[in-house]
Amino acid sequence: MRTDELIDALAAELRPVRGGAIQRRFAAVAAAGALAALVILLVWLGVRPDLDAAAGGRMFWMKASYTFALALAGFWASERLARPAGSGRKALIFGLAVLALFGGVAVVKALGVSPLERLLMLKGQSWSRCTLNILLLSLPMLGLSLWMLRRLAPTRPTAAGFAAGVFSGGVAATIYGLHCAETAMAFVGVWYTLGVLGCGVIGAAIGRWALRW
Amino acid sequence: MTDTEARLKALMLRGLDGDAAAYHVLLSLLNGRLRVYFARRMGDAPGDVEDLVQETLMAVHTRRATYDRAQPFTAWAFAVARYKLIDHWRRRRVRMAVPLDDYVEVLASTDPEPGAAMDLDRLLDTLPARQSALVRDVKIEGLSLAEAGARAGVSEGAAKVALHRALKTLTERMRGRADR
Repeated sequence: MRTDELIDALAAELRPVRGGAIQRRFAAVAAAGALAALVILLVWLGVRPDLDAAAGGRMFWMKASYTFALALAGFWASERLARPAGSGRKALIFGLAVLALFGGVAVVKALGVSPLERLLMLKGQSWSRCTLNILLLSLPMLGLSLWMLRRLAPTRPTAAGFAAGVFSGGVAATIYGLHCAETAMAFVGVWYTLGVLGCGVIGAAIGRWALRW
Repeated sequence: MTDTEARLKALMLRGLDGDAAAYHVLLSLLNGRLRVYFARRMGDAPGDVEDLVQETLMAVHTRRATYDRAQPFTAWAFAVARYKLIDHWRRRRVRMAVPLDDYVEVLASTDPEPGAAMDLDRLLDTLPARQSALVRDVKIEGLSLAEAGARAGVSEGAAKVALHRALKTLTERMRGRADR
């Protein structure tokens, strides 16, 4: 086909694009991903029995804010890295600040107790399952967000995949908080964080070869 | 330079709002600039320039939502071009370049080699039904794009774009096969 014919054809099928289109698409991915994670959680794990009481407590919201902030960093980075030559730097700095803040408080708290208590805080009741559960809950959204990225224009596939993974992991971890009754910051700081970052690593590994367009 | 940016950006913004005439002007201007950009970087294979220009225009079009209205337009467009160029080189390192369109026409010719027609059928069957019908209608039966589009129930423009995509896919598959 000749190039001028192609241009005619492309201009002929033009449809308007509203501002903020990318943000809206990723918001839709988050909504669908959160819903999928919630359904899986309800069917597979159930919510914590004391959810009503816990929702009045500070730690419940602390946990939710932490994982939500990580999801936000992932959203921001995905939205930037979905564009040619987009930079996820500011989002990365924001994400690292969230990690440092939560991690710092968790370390200070953990240092204030005896070694035995520290170990109990760290292991809680469910340390061996937490990270894996978050990873599993995040998979539907990870698939969705990578699929969305592929239809956009990421020029740094590994970084974009990582961002999509942290985004999905953060949303999944927030949903997982409805099931998990752990309250120690040390626990959340280690196992939740591992779940979210693990999802990022999976996203990066897939993104590296899948995000071509 | 900044004049060019201001002009292209204004056209792009109007295009994003649905102004097809402005968008047409934009793509035509980009066409010329992309040609120069690729020609400079493709001294060894000038034949691929056309291909790259078209691929970049298609990508600019289908992925135009990724343009951030607050950012410079030229930087965005040439980041797309650069990505397509790198992608092209990456493929060339491992695969022999194959000109677009040729395979289908060669295979479709009523030439003696009996395997070729079967080959083509098999290849076409791997495409979505609508695309393979378009390729058959236009490239084999010789219908015009408007006729083939009418047969498939789409506009001529849509048929043109769909056909272009189908041929790209076929070329990719033929390349893949040549590797094996």
